Amino acid sequence: MKRGPSPFNFASIVLGMAFLYLPIILLVVFSFNASKLVTVWGGFSTRWYGALFQDQQMLDAIGVTLRVGLVSATVATFLGTLAALALSRVGGFRGRLLFSGMIYAPLVMPEVILGLSLLLLFVAVGAPRGIWTVTASHATMTMCYAAVVIQARLVSFDKSLEEAARDLGRTPIQAFIEVTLPNIAPAVIAAWMLAFTLSLDDLVIASFTSGPGSTTLPMRIYSQVRLGVNPEINAVSTLLIGLVATGVIAAYLVQQRRRTADTLS
Amino acid sequence: MTRPRTPRRGLAALAPFLWLAAFFLFPFVLVAKLSLSDIALAIPPYAPRLDPSEGLAGLATFARGLDFDAYRHMIEDGVYAASYLSSLKFAAIGTGILLLVGYPMAYGMSRCAPGMRQALLMMVVLPFWTSFLIRIYAWIAILKPEGLLNALLAWLGLPPVALMDNDPAVYIGLVYAYLPFMVLPLYSVLERQDESLLEAAADLGCTRFETFWRVTFPMSLPGVAAGALLCFIPMVGEFVIPDLLGGSSTLMLGKTIWTEFFANRDWPAASAVAIILLATLIVPIIIYQRQQARLLDAR
Repeated sequence: MKRGPSPFNFASIVLGMAFLYLPIILLVVFSFNASKLVTVWGGFSTRWYGALFQDQQMLDAIGVTLRVGLVSATVATFLGTLAALALSRVGGFRGRLLFSGMIYAPLVMPEVILGLSLLLLFVAVGAPRGIWTVTASHATMTMCYAAVVIQARLVSFDKSLEEAARDLGRTPIQAFIEVTLPNIAPAVIAAWMLAFTLSLDDLVIASFTSGPGSTTLPMRIYSQVRLGVNPEINAVSTLLIGLVATGVIAAYLVQQRRRTADTLS
Repeated sequence: MTRPRTPRRGLAALAPFLWLAAFFLFPFVLVAKLSLSDIALAIPPYAPRLDPSEGLAGLATFARGLDFDAYRHMIEDGVYAASYLSSLKFAAIGTGILLLVGYPMAYGMSRCAPGMRQALLMMVVLPFWTSFLIRIYAWIAILKPEGLLNALLAWLGLPPVALMDNDPAVYIGLVYAYLPFMVLPLYSVLERQDESLLEAAADLGCTRFETFWRVTFPMSLPGVAAGALLCFIPMVGEFVIPDLLGGSSTLMLGKTIWTEFFANRDWPAASAVAIILLATLIVPIIIYQRQQARLLDAR
């Protein structure tokens, strides 16, 4: 007997969702505003999108962000998968506590601390700061998220299937690639997307670790926002929101279909 | 059947372990070291620097150069203590408001029909995927003196409110940005709750509120703890929200580190603030890590 939501529960959900979505909706609406002022509706216009595609610095920043995101998310997913395997399959190894600590700590560690410490590392080893230092930093931060997402899936995966493959003569690596990997693939894809999104979004770590010529989109947006509200930022934000929302909803629908298929079979 | 453990299985951990040791653990040693150095007019702007070519003598010179000046300076200058206390205050009050806002939401969601629950969960997570910076920026357009909120109030014939460049603006930003991090852990414990316990409580004569207060709430405490830690720890070091919504008078440690580093070019001071922030957070971080590990093992 699970009771349905009471009027109070219902109201809190509605208000909570309004709180979460109203700012985003307003931002999208005003990206199509012909007027430069936020409060004045000057009619529907796509002029800010036009301005955006004329803005070379903004386009460069988008390019840098995409390159950093693609590479760092791929590295993070690879390392995160290995870390998840180590955490869920290997009972006790030397330094397990330290290892799991290093996996969970970056999830909550304030970004300023991570950014500062990574910068000092690059200065100490004499690595010239640029797109590669940002990429390595993002991979470090996001691999921990990837590991947690993949581990959650691995824990619910029936280990005996992999063991059966081993008994049938597969090497551990073959068994992993042929049996385990297809099974955890949705989590691996979700982990990659999460890592990519986090990299796309990061301002603080990128600001510390970037060098000349590696200004990312959030850094560019941040410097513009400090100068005041700018409709061009609304336009680039709307594009980003649209891109991410499409990706997340598509991933959700794919997973839903898989779940329905699982239930039917 | 459990396969006898071979040392080779641990190899999977090797690459991520080495990566994290190099890019996560080792850098903290550098921050600690730098916090004991002096500011210098050089690139990089601190001294002493360790010169490996001088061998042991170089190490001795380096060690003699280390001092607690950055920390002494922090104790003497009241602004650091003020920003430390103010950070803790923002994070604590922010976490409190988040619990009050997030709990009813999570509770309501867990009582919905399964299909609806999935959709609502999706809706809570979706903003998390859109840029943090952009969502905070959206609030500027709403909250600034000539922004949308005051335009709406004027239209309704109400007096304008000052909700920009002050503490309430920072709280709005914090609650907004961290709401999904509070709702998700709460939802996950509330959703898994055994319904027969609620029936039992009702059979034993509990009212709806008593059932909640004496059964549901105590059982949801692990979720409360997880949500609170997940919000509190990063909020203490938050930079973007106080910087964009809080104006120049708001003090928070994340902002202090940023200013010392980028505006004042005082790397040792920035490192010292970072070390103190880290020292404050180390216990909550360890508690969080233990809890997460236990949660995953239990599943």
